[in-house]
Amino acid sequence: MTTLAATGVFRYSWLLLAFPVFGAAVLLLGGRRTNKWGHVLGVLMSLASLVYGLIAFFALLGQSGAARSQDLHMYSWIPVNGFQANIGLLIDPLSISFVLLITGVGSLILIYAVAYMAHDTDRRRFFGYLNLFIASMLLLVLSDNYLGLYVGWEGVGLASYLLIGFWQFKQSAAVAAKKAFVVNRVGDAGLTLAIMLMFAEFGTFNFTGVFDSAKSGGSGVATALGLLLLLGACGKSAQVPLQSWLLDAMEGPTPVSALIHAATMVTAGVYLIVRSNPIFNDAPTAQLAVTVVGAVTLLFGAIIGCAKDDIKKALAGSTMSQIGYMTLAAGLGPAGYVFAIAHLLAHGFFKAGLFLGAGSVLHGMDDEVNMRRYGGLRKLLPITFVTFGLGYLAIIGIPPFSGFFTKDSIIDAAWEKGGTSGWILAACAIIGAGITAFYMSRVMLMTYFGPKRWEENGVIGGAGAHPPFTEAERHIPHPHESPLLMTVPMILLAVGSVAAGWFLIVNYRFADFLAPVVGLPPDQHGIWTWPGIIALILAVFGVGIAWAMYGRVPVLATAPRGSVLTRAARADLYGDAFNESVLMRPGQWLTRLSVYFDSRGVDGLVNGLAATIGGTSGRMRKLQTGFVRSYALSMLIGAVLLLAGLLVVRL
Amino acid sequence: MSPAHYVFLAVILFVIGAVGVLVRRNAILVFMSIELMLNACNLAFVAFARMHGNLDGQVVAFFVMVVAAAEVVVGLAILMAIYRARKSASVDDANLLKY
Amino acid sequence: MHSLILANGGAGGTNLDPLFDEAFFWILAVLAVSAALAMILVRQAVHCALMLAVVMLCLAVMYAMQGAPFLAFVQVIVYTGAVLMLFLFVVMLIGVSSAESLKETIRGQRLWASLAGIGLAVLLVVGIGHAAIGSAAPTTSANNTDNLTGLAQLIFTTYVFPFEVTSALLITAALGAMVLAHRERSAPKPTQREVARRKIESGQVQPEPPPGVYALHNAVDLPAMLPDGSTTDRSVSTAIEQRDVQLGRHPQDTEALDLSVEERIDAELQLEAARLGRVTTSEPEPGPQTDEGTDHE
Repeated sequence: MTTLAATGVFRYSWLLLAFPVFGAAVLLLGGRRTNKWGHVLGVLMSLASLVYGLIAFFALLGQSGAARSQDLHMYSWIPVNGFQANIGLLIDPLSISFVLLITGVGSLILIYAVAYMAHDTDRRRFFGYLNLFIASMLLLVLSDNYLGLYVGWEGVGLASYLLIGFWQFKQSAAVAAKKAFVVNRVGDAGLTLAIMLMFAEFGTFNFTGVFDSAKSGGSGVATALGLLLLLGACGKSAQVPLQSWLLDAMEGPTPVSALIHAATMVTAGVYLIVRSNPIFNDAPTAQLAVTVVGAVTLLFGAIIGCAKDDIKKALAGSTMSQIGYMTLAAGLGPAGYVFAIAHLLAHGFFKAGLFLGAGSVLHGMDDEVNMRRYGGLRKLLPITFVTFGLGYLAIIGIPPFSGFFTKDSIIDAAWEKGGTSGWILAACAIIGAGITAFYMSRVMLMTYFGPKRWEENGVIGGAGAHPPFTEAERHIPHPHESPLLMTVPMILLAVGSVAAGWFLIVNYRFADFLAPVVGLPPDQHGIWTWPGIIALILAVFGVGIAWAMYGRVPVLATAPRGSVLTRAARADLYGDAFNESVLMRPGQWLTRLSVYFDSRGVDGLVNGLAATIGGTSGRMRKLQTGFVRSYALSMLIGAVLLLAGLLVVRL
Repeated sequence: MSPAHYVFLAVILFVIGAVGVLVRRNAILVFMSIELMLNACNLAFVAFARMHGNLDGQVVAFFVMVVAAAEVVVGLAILMAIYRARKSASVDDANLLKY
Repeated sequence: MHSLILANGGAGGTNLDPLFDEAFFWILAVLAVSAALAMILVRQAVHCALMLAVVMLCLAVMYAMQGAPFLAFVQVIVYTGAVLMLFLFVVMLIGVSSAESLKETIRGQRLWASLAGIGLAVLLVVGIGHAAIGSAAPTTSANNTDNLTGLAQLIFTTYVFPFEVTSALLITAALGAMVLAHRERSAPKPTQREVARRKIESGQVQPEPPPGVYALHNAVDLPAMLPDGSTTDRSVSTAIEQRDVQLGRHPQDTEALDLSVEERIDAELQLEAARLGRVTTSEPEPGPQTDEGTDHE
């Protein structure tokens, strides 16, 4: 990997970070004084970064060849002999794609949030945290070394924690935030170990340094690095086995779910894997592990999404599944990197659009999330229905919408891998496509079609800042279309949902663009391939089954008991139960044992020693009878002993 | 009789005196036991004087007697004063140093 | 032990025959040890003092046997005669009657004391036995003076400093005794007027009568008679009273209030006989008639 020192407009790349950092600093440090205009500043900072990002993008397009990797050295962070850590930015096709995604989708979501959080007194703090998030995420994708990436990685973890638990007064939100952070930490341990291993083996953190050394290093080191990086990616991207936090993260406000847990943060893991492609290319075992993780999560998320009645949780399951697709693609090597990123960018659009639509529905239904209380909303929320519908068509892979192009590319790449693994992976991906169609259709049908169940039963709410209504005072909402500030971003994202896939995949536009970083896919296949067609057919099947179960038959107001699989899916396929029994309970027992050992053992030792001394002194005290004769006796005995000693020595 | 016999006798008397100090409760009797011990020492000194063939031991015994006399005088005066204050001559009465 | 070289007095032993020497030693040794043991075991303080006197006298003889005649006499005169008598005086003042109970109050004291004593004895005997205590050394012809002169020479030449110091000690001891035994008057000395007033107010104007006039065995134990014929217990020393109580003779047994002389004598004799365990007939002894009490002012 060769980079050029930054010239021209790239020398100001630090502005990309500076704007949101400035925004976050002002909003968070300024406090209540900034309440009135805080949200505006937040949006403006994000837009400023977007503007610069576009400038940089077009400037990059103007460059060619090796010049498409511009490295800006910002400053020396830890200049110690033998350990050189710098903060620098790398503008290359991969990072600039992410920058546009983050700032573009981010700005739209921020504009949306201005209206969505309009009634929240803490809106200014919300924008501060979002700016913090954007700054960290940009550092993550722009950093030119693993240490800076790690700083950004931790920063987004922090922002995620702060934003999930934004409504701190809600017990469930606080618990969910903690859970997200803890599970992320497990992944972070993997990333930390990978970075340490890199330094131990290669002596540098720089991408250039590491990738050049990785070629010369053995495959053992590369495999180890690959597996550790995979662990880090699992944590951040909610892949199995570290997936349990994503569904709980829906406790946060909808813009948070849209931006962080759909479009950007959860894709950081995929970015890590794709960025580290030289390492993975040398470690087939690690790549296999990546694909397996991707496939498993793909199906895992899809099955969970089928059984959730909470609209946001259903979409979260969908996110988990789609990122599984991306991970699967990233594990296929150069054949899949491009499609992983392409799907990532397309997913950013349509998933964010879906989430914003869900937010719009929530806004209209007084923060009720249970889809069993929705129904027939398409006429009442027309714009939401249309944008949501376009996102829906994109995600299930109906041509000519985005998902068709990107998802099919992934399925094809898996198929092209060949061998048993390729066949199995492709089968998983195709089946996943079918299930995706099923559960997304379910969501559509339950929400927008059918009778208006909320007119008889009312809603309970509780997903927002306000506490839920009690059973007695069930509230009948008045669903209405959202204000302009909410609908315009949704419309813009819908445009992305429609066009992004076609734009990226056709004519290998994106593949050529990304080639300097990840290499070209070896097999160039057309749009219509057999695996793709099978997936499409299965998707239509899925839609049909969903219509049969939820379209024709009236949706029940309360969830039925369901089959074994349904109940398992409702319990997140027992992910939480597994974590609890395997990890949490032993941890609790360990702490209890430690406490027991400490209080009985250590404290007992200390206290026992003190008690022994006290008891002994209490007994020895009795020697002081106060009688002269006792003392005289002890004198005599002492004299006898002395004499005995003298005689023993002398004789 | 060789001086050794006298010294052994002195040892026995000394030990009896020592045990007497520990066993008796009346202060006067404790004093008397101490006197017995001093007498035993005198006997030992005289025996050693005979053994060495000079009179130093006898001189020391003489001085011991003088000192013993002085000691008895003062000790008994103290005892009288204590008895006047407490109406009891028992050695066990002074046990305030008890635990 | 048999190779005693007998010189003419002084060091080296006495002029005693070896046989007598041994016999005397053993008799005196046994006597001294048994007296010492008795001293620590008997109850009465007076008896202990007397046992100590026996020990001291035995030791005096032993000094004499070992060629220290001066020391022997000093032992008898000073130690036994003065110091021990001082002990007896104090015993008298403090409580000849207070018999000490033989029960030991401190647990294990007797056991441990005897064990320690036996241990001490064993150790000392072993130690001394190992030491080379030679036989009596003969005197050199140069120092062929008698005991007293030799002692005097030593005291006033070699040991003159300790001599001076001990004399200072003696003075100090005498002073100390005076100071300790001194009683400060807590109230001013009562004047004659005060004494007279006190006497009349208490009702006992005349001095206490001395003990009884009629002497049977020991007059000091009979109460004196008052002018009106009653006896007063206050004339009998409390020590004697307590002795009587110990012996089972109660003061009221000797009350002479309504008894005639003969009856009193009879009663006395019967009591005596009962104590001795035999029956005797009373012999009336003529004694001076009692007056009907002389009034004293």
